[in-house]
Amino acid sequence: MTLDELYQAVAGLHADELEHWIGNAWVRPQGQPGAYVFAEIDVARVRLIVTLRHELEVEEPTLPIVLSLLDQLHDTRRRMGLLRDALREALPDDSRAAVHAAVRRRLLED
Amino acid sequence: MAKNLYETLGVARDADADAIRGAYRKLAKRYHPDLNPGDKASEARFKDIAAANDILSDAGKRARYDRGEIDEQGSERAPQRPSYADHADGPGGRRYRHAGPDSGGADSGGVDGGGVDGGGVDEGDLNDIFAEFFSQRRGQPPRGRGEDLSYTLSVAFLDAVTGATRRLALPDGSNLDVQIPAGIDDGQILRLKGKGGPGHGNAPAGDALIQVTVEPHRLFRREGRDIHIELPVSLTEAVLGAKVPVPTATGTVILSVPAQSDTGTRLRLRQRGVPARGDRPAGDQFVTLRVALDPADTGLAEFLRGRTAPAFNPRAAMTEAV
Repeated sequence: MTLDELYQAVAGLHADELEHWIGNAWVRPQGQPGAYVFAEIDVARVRLIVTLRHELEVEEPTLPIVLSLLDQLHDTRRRMGLLRDALREALPDDSRAAVHAAVRRRLLED
Repeated sequence: MAKNLYETLGVARDADADAIRGAYRKLAKRYHPDLNPGDKASEARFKDIAAANDILSDAGKRARYDRGEIDEQGSERAPQRPSYADHADGPGGRRYRHAGPDSGGADSGGVDGGGVDGGGVDEGDLNDIFAEFFSQRRGQPPRGRGEDLSYTLSVAFLDAVTGATRRLALPDGSNLDVQIPAGIDDGQILRLKGKGGPGHGNAPAGDALIQVTVEPHRLFRREGRDIHIELPVSLTEAVLGAKVPVPTATGTVILSVPAQSDTGTRLRLRQRGVPARGDRPAGDQFVTLRVALDPADTGLAEFLRGRTAPAFNPRAAMTEAV
């Protein structure tokens, strides 16, 4: 998606603020300035930042903290997913069932 | 959630704000968890009621609910497009992987792409969290044997004294009948052999470890195998002596209160504590008297006024009292 298409797709997005976000690497499109290419995740992230700034009234100085925490959260969730996939691949069925039961019990106690 | 919010509150779709407020108050009085302690059904019902009121009492939220923009929990309806989280939790999320404080910060971010996106799985974090899991397994039972499973069980005071059978509902939905031995102590752990996790292959199952909590009693108090109770007696019973009924863990018995007893006088009922079991002898019940005056007995005051009592200072030993 090009810059022009991005403006079409995301309501309430201003050119100067987007430049600023890209400059701070809060949004990281491919390509060069003037010829950016936005992947789906970039578009979704721009929407997220627009929502944070304009709907949830997160101030610009606070935004890096919020994004940093969100990024850490998603890192953790992605790694949990990797672990899950690894266990699924590496463990025989009965061990998987045992892990499942043990996790479930701890969640109940948590 | 099957019901819509109007049904939950029992109001019509076009009910005005007053009708909604009234309906909520009426239901809240009936189902509020503080008014129904321990009643899970009420608690769940009240959650629904409070959630319904939260949305319907707010004109803006109610309008959004009516338009179908938010659901019964007030959550946004599933968006038409995948949210940022949908992307970020997948492999594509690596593009915005968190840059740690030592990794050069955000300026390593790729306006030219590639830079941040590169790199494989960072095993460091996974290893941090699961280090113990991936390394040696300390304190584990012998290979193959099932896991020991821990539970807690709360037992009424008298059941703990006399023994009982309690049914423990296990997380997997099955039940375990637990024999509570007479005289069990608060905090004691019962081990039920083979009632834990299943063994692998032909290995034996683990054990169930049940920590027992003894609930307090209104009248009785345990000290080891002895039981203590405070017993109110009338002034007449205390001064003249009497035979009075006193509750014990195993039924009511008659206690001889000697003449000239006082508040604090302690009497022993032999072998009326925790029953004997194995080589442990039965405990005793200790009864501590408390003299209770009859507030309706006005004649007592008249009698005392008309009487010349011998000099008696019950505070004689209290040298601090002047």
